Amino acid sequence: MAAQDVLPSRKGSSGFSALNDQRVRGVIFQVLLIVAIVSFAWWIIHNTAANLRAQGIGFGFGILRDSAGFQINQTLIDYQETSSYVRVYFVGLLNTLLVSFIGVILATIIGFIVGISRLSKNWVVAKAAYVYIEVLRNIPLLLQIFIWYFAVLRLLPAKRDAIDLGPFGLLNIAGWYAPNPVLGRGFALVAAAFIIGIVATFVLRAWARRRQMATGQIFPLFRVALALIIGLPLVAYFVAGFAFANPPFSLEYPTPGNFGPRGGLRVFPEFIGLLMALSFYTASFIAEIVRAGILAVPNGQTEASYSLGLRPGHTLRLVVIPQAMRVIIPPLTSQYLNLTKNSSLAVAIAYPDLVSVFAGTALNQTGRAVEFILITMATYLTISLVTSLFMNWYNRSVALVER
Amino acid sequence: MKKSIVPLVAGAALAVSAVSASAATLDDVKAKGSVQCGVSQGLPGFSNPDSQGNWTGLDVDTCKAIAAAIFGNADAAKFTPLSAKERFTALQSGEVDVLTRNTTWTMSRDTDLGLNFTGVNYYDGQGFMVPKDLGVSSALELSGASVCTNTGTTTELNVADYFRSHDMDYEVVAFEKADEVVAAYDAGRCDVYTTDQSGLYAQKLKLTNPDDHVILPEIISKEPLGPAVRQGDDQWFNVVKWTLFALINAEELGVTQDNVDEMKNSDNPSIKRLLGTEGSFGESIGLDKEWAVNAIKAVGNYGEMFNRNVGPDTELGIDRGLNKLWSDGGLQYAPPVR
Ligand SMILES: N[C@@H](CCC(=O)N[C@@H](CS)C(=O)NCC(=O)O)C(=O)O
Repeated sequence: MAAQDVLPSRKGSSGFSALNDQRVRGVIFQVLLIVAIVSFAWWIIHNTAANLRAQGIGFGFGILRDSAGFQINQTLIDYQETSSYVRVYFVGLLNTLLVSFIGVILATIIGFIVGISRLSKNWVVAKAAYVYIEVLRNIPLLLQIFIWYFAVLRLLPAKRDAIDLGPFGLLNIAGWYAPNPVLGRGFALVAAAFIIGIVATFVLRAWARRRQMATGQIFPLFRVALALIIGLPLVAYFVAGFAFANPPFSLEYPTPGNFGPRGGLRVFPEFIGLLMALSFYTASFIAEIVRAGILAVPNGQTEASYSLGLRPGHTLRLVVIPQAMRVIIPPLTSQYLNLTKNSSLAVAIAYPDLVSVFAGTALNQTGRAVEFILITMATYLTISLVTSLFMNWYNRSVALVER
Repeated sequence: MKKSIVPLVAGAALAVSAVSASAATLDDVKAKGSVQCGVSQGLPGFSNPDSQGNWTGLDVDTCKAIAAAIFGNADAAKFTPLSAKERFTALQSGEVDVLTRNTTWTMSRDTDLGLNFTGVNYYDGQGFMVPKDLGVSSALELSGASVCTNTGTTTELNVADYFRSHDMDYEVVAFEKADEVVAAYDAGRCDVYTTDQSGLYAQKLKLTNPDDHVILPEIISKEPLGPAVRQGDDQWFNVVKWTLFALINAEELGVTQDNVDEMKNSDNPSIKRLLGTEGSFGESIGLDKEWAVNAIKAVGNYGEMFNRNVGPDTELGIDRGLNKLWSDGGLQYAPPVR
């Protein structure tokens, strides 16, 4: 025992000496802490259940299997009024993930453009970026959501009119009616051809690189890849279409109905409004992060790059940004998390995200606040943790490797 | 954002409070000197702040009557505007003492939500409003329409039932706040606005051109709207319930805001019991003899309250219809004070 090593003379009273041992004490305190936390959690749960019972409010997760009874307009998975609250949960979750995912991508693109423009030598460009940042990050997001949503609504023609986008479908106040891809019988063949094309391209690229290293010969990879990735599926398309006597893939266009267009793939104005607001708002913060990141790269790096003969565009892309990324990524992660969490403002403009349909409508129809809020909190926590883990992994992969 | 916090606060309150709040609401109310009523966030005729910021409407008057019955002073009524989504959590958690917010009495709310409905202050039903130029004259022509409505309401469920049982296509656009529903409908996002018919009359006034819209004849549901309290407090339940009954009985007995004092001299035993000149009915619900007198003085009898807020002479112009007294062929009926 450690205690005996330290205090060999006090063999007789080991209980006393064990308590003096830091490690033993550490363990004791940790056990006590865990006991305290567990009993606190138990007390909270017990007390909540008891209080709910005393107030005559039902409690339990069994209700999640009941059928919801209300409609949701944007559903990425099959959903009917008769579906259960569990399904409502997944519909809401997927809608949250959809708007967050696309929002993160858009915000990153816009943020990088604005952030780099902010450092432009062109006065007008730099000032425009400055104004963008100052205006957007200082107006409350909820207000921006309303502005975008009602702007979208005001700009578009009435339901029974529509702007004809030709091959891209129709656009009006009720959203964008995009052509809906309809898969025919031979589609598997086309998909297989596409995958084979991609795999072949990768194999080819590896081979071409090796050859270039060895012989210096350059292989026209781009043209061959194009032929593989587009040509192969195209051939498959015609073969399959001929073999099954119907096209493996076609587009279904919206048709006129008495209340405006029907059919097609609907992109709802609520989605567009929310996406725009979230992306442009978050981009203003990302722009500042990007600017700070670039400024953190010592000027010597740029000068060195110039003196090697790299042009400004290349310098930015190959020398400055990769180094700036190390500074940019950690705060970028928290912006991604913010965007995801901010998407819960969706309810204001009727976008059916998780908070709106699950922690909102479903909660309200059942009155089970405790259960529904617990599940929702756990979900957001999980989304945030997963995002963080991914970004931490990415951060490590771009971090400076010290040799 | 206050609204999303309500369920959290409620949850936290339920989690840590030692004993549940089923205790005497009336005592709490008396101790703090005011009644906290949950009302809607602005529904003309029911609960709507006027240009001076004073709350007016049928639901507001119901709350004022309760305050007057307890304190003899209608100003002791305080209001918390709540969205449809927030209202039950606010009541359950004790943020408000009573909900007077165009809330439909349904079985699940009355049982599983731990609420008690104390009566009906407006018999309503769900209807549809459409722009006139849509050329629709019946709800059965609405297949394929988009429908704007409030989330967390019976409306949302009824509309799903109605369209499904008639095998009609539809798309729901559900907002949390009524103002956004109005704005989206007004902008043309939806072909149809659906809610309680009284709500349609009220919200119609907020549209840019109210005259360009019609309310369709179909009523697709029963929406008995009434005050609700928490379960497990019978005394408070009685106070709220009998205040509403007193207003209805007053109309039946011909007692009005103006004549209530002289009616105290009436020989009619029913009037005497109601106005506290005979018996001790006020005391039996924990109030004083003048409870009904004060309530009637504050807001008038049920008919006066109805006509002042939503009746034919107001901008809502709603017919008494189902809300006539039972003796006039309507549904309003109160048990006797005896
Ligand atoms: N009576 C229905 C619907 C009540 C409801 O919330 N109606 C909306 C539309 S009329 C409303 O009151 N809005 C006013 C507001 O939120 O301020 C229910 O109890 O679920």
